[in-house]
Amino acid sequence: MTAPTAPDLGLFQVLRDDGSTDPATDPFLPQDTLLRMYRELRRVRLLEVRMVALQRQGRVGFYGTCTGQEATPIGVGFAADPGDWVFPALRESAIMLVRGFPLDRYIAQVFGNELDVLKGRQMPSHMSARQVNQVSWSSCIGPQIPQAVGAAWAAKMRRRSMVAIGFMGDGATSQPDFHNAMNFAGVFKVPCVLVCQNNHWSISVPTSRQTSSATLAIKARAYGLPGVRVDGNDLLAVYRATADAAARARDGGGPTFLECVTYRIGAHSTSDDPTRYRSEAEVEEWKKRDPLDRFRRYLVHQGLVDDAHDAQLDAEIGDEISAAIAAVEGRANPPRDSIFDDVYARPPWHLEEQRRELLAGPPAPSHG
Amino acid sequence: MTRLTYREAVRGALRQILASDPRAFLLGEDVGKYGGAYAVSKGLLAELGPAKVRDTPLCESTFVGAGIGAAIGGARPIVEVMTVNFSLLALDQIVNNAATLRHMSGGQVAVPLVVRMATGAGRQLAAQHSHSLENWYAHVPGVKVVAPATPQDARDLLLAAYADPNPVFVFEHVLSYPLEGEVDETSGAAPLGRAIVRRAGTQLTIVAWGGSLPKALAAAEALAAEGVDAAVIDLRTLRPLDLEAIGASVRATRRLLVVDEGWKTGSLAGEIVAQVVETVFFDLDAPPARVCSREVPIPYAAHLEAAALPSVERIVAAGRGVVRG
Repeated sequence: MTAPTAPDLGLFQVLRDDGSTDPATDPFLPQDTLLRMYRELRRVRLLEVRMVALQRQGRVGFYGTCTGQEATPIGVGFAADPGDWVFPALRESAIMLVRGFPLDRYIAQVFGNELDVLKGRQMPSHMSARQVNQVSWSSCIGPQIPQAVGAAWAAKMRRRSMVAIGFMGDGATSQPDFHNAMNFAGVFKVPCVLVCQNNHWSISVPTSRQTSSATLAIKARAYGLPGVRVDGNDLLAVYRATADAAARARDGGGPTFLECVTYRIGAHSTSDDPTRYRSEAEVEEWKKRDPLDRFRRYLVHQGLVDDAHDAQLDAEIGDEISAAIAAVEGRANPPRDSIFDDVYARPPWHLEEQRRELLAGPPAPSHG
Repeated sequence: MTRLTYREAVRGALRQILASDPRAFLLGEDVGKYGGAYAVSKGLLAELGPAKVRDTPLCESTFVGAGIGAAIGGARPIVEVMTVNFSLLALDQIVNNAATLRHMSGGQVAVPLVVRMATGAGRQLAAQHSHSLENWYAHVPGVKVVAPATPQDARDLLLAAYADPNPVFVFEHVLSYPLEGEVDETSGAAPLGRAIVRRAGTQLTIVAWGGSLPKALAAAEALAAEGVDAAVIDLRTLRPLDLEAIGASVRATRRLLVVDEGWKTGSLAGEIVAQVVETVFFDLDAPPARVCSREVPIPYAAHLEAAALPSVERIVAAGRGVVRG
């Protein structure tokens, strides 16, 4: 008999390859929740295929997918309470959909038109919405982590039961903000869950070039936080680990660091060609551990889905996405002088002056 | 009215805010038992308790970043950064995050954050404690910047910064802290974005702020003895600029001199001159002038430090030059 592996060195799993689950870790979710999770998985997968196609057709400017990593945003999205705050990184926009943000509004953010709640100001895959307590990601790597800790700190001070969930990729663990935020979280014992999606690549740099630590999760030890290494392609493992960490945070037990081990199947973004720096064999190896396939195997094993179910579901989702794109594409752009709104709560004189100058000038060529 | 130092006036405003608003707290390095690097928060921890005055781990980017998160999360943090020089460690949080989040979120997320920091030279603390980088912050859309020069303004502009729904950066000059003045401790917030005429005059407009205001006023007195009648405008808010007040004065005096402890190239003084030239050029009788710091890292030795900074003598000479040619 071997000694049990420490949570920050092992791999927390629920799903087994044969389609069963580990009864010691299974969260035993009701069937309708499992089916809703499955629907979200398939919806995000199909949505992103369509979004990348739109970009390739020149209909939108940019997209960064989470293909192969969907289990983490969806697992966390289901584990979070509606009042919890999410400070995402690049591949967690889909949490908004899981938490009830309308699909057409989500797609409107990719087009940046009048239906976009962000008013055409933030780039795609950096989605946010107050409605679902999701804050804009910073394109600089790391600053959202101390912000998540600060939001959790405020909740603790104000005796709110809110938990802040802050995300990062493996590359972010090289940033000062990661270490500083982990340190603050530990010192002030704030109710937060910090989640690292270790997808093995920071654009073209592998995780082995970010750290020589045995795992990323083990870094939590230095800051006095529990660290858990989670199978990030195991939807139920992500759900369970997040739910446990959030419950502990809500009960005053302080922060947790989760390393969700996964793999970026697609490119970093539509601006990237990963064949320049990684082997197709490696990608194929990870495709065998696809989070959608693994969750499906479990549902099939449970007798909850089959090919006919999936065909109907995909057709339904396809229609939903097509309808949303149709409702959004072609809508008017935000008025050009709306750029001056929300710089401040009320525009100061110099912005009003610049607004008048802009409106007096020739109209800008429309994008797209 | 009470006779208070600038330091005591800031502390009084902090006490009033922290005691009256349950959402408010002060955070930063050494703000607790130590009372702040410039003793501004001295006594507040004992008076108000550790929930209100919080020492943090030593990391500017994170206590500013946590402040941003706390503001988003419904608290009203007041962050003390030891000096503007150290605030550069938090520049990403400030410029890429605090300043942009309201706009990037389509107006859905506000960051009602106050960040106070010391600025300026004159205490022989060398380059990494002594620079004046207010203009860096005054360049950034989405933030407001104030630089109170008097004890009364130290109080009233901090109250205004706190009441404002935007991120506001408050620059306190290191030589201002011991300044004494009569302070009305029942006053409310001063309006942001409004300059004030500290000395009326007819022949020259001297624009100054923060630690340069006492020098500008002393120079105006010296110029008066030479028969030059100079007005002195205290800018108070560096972003947004009160161009209206500056323009009105320059139209009357027809001459402009700006005193700025920052470096001349790319300075706020340069921006003020540019805006005046753009708007009231035909009212000018002489080219505007600037007195700024020499473009060197501020040195330690007292005579070297003095050589680098705007002085009353340099302001007088420049004022004489603008008026007499």
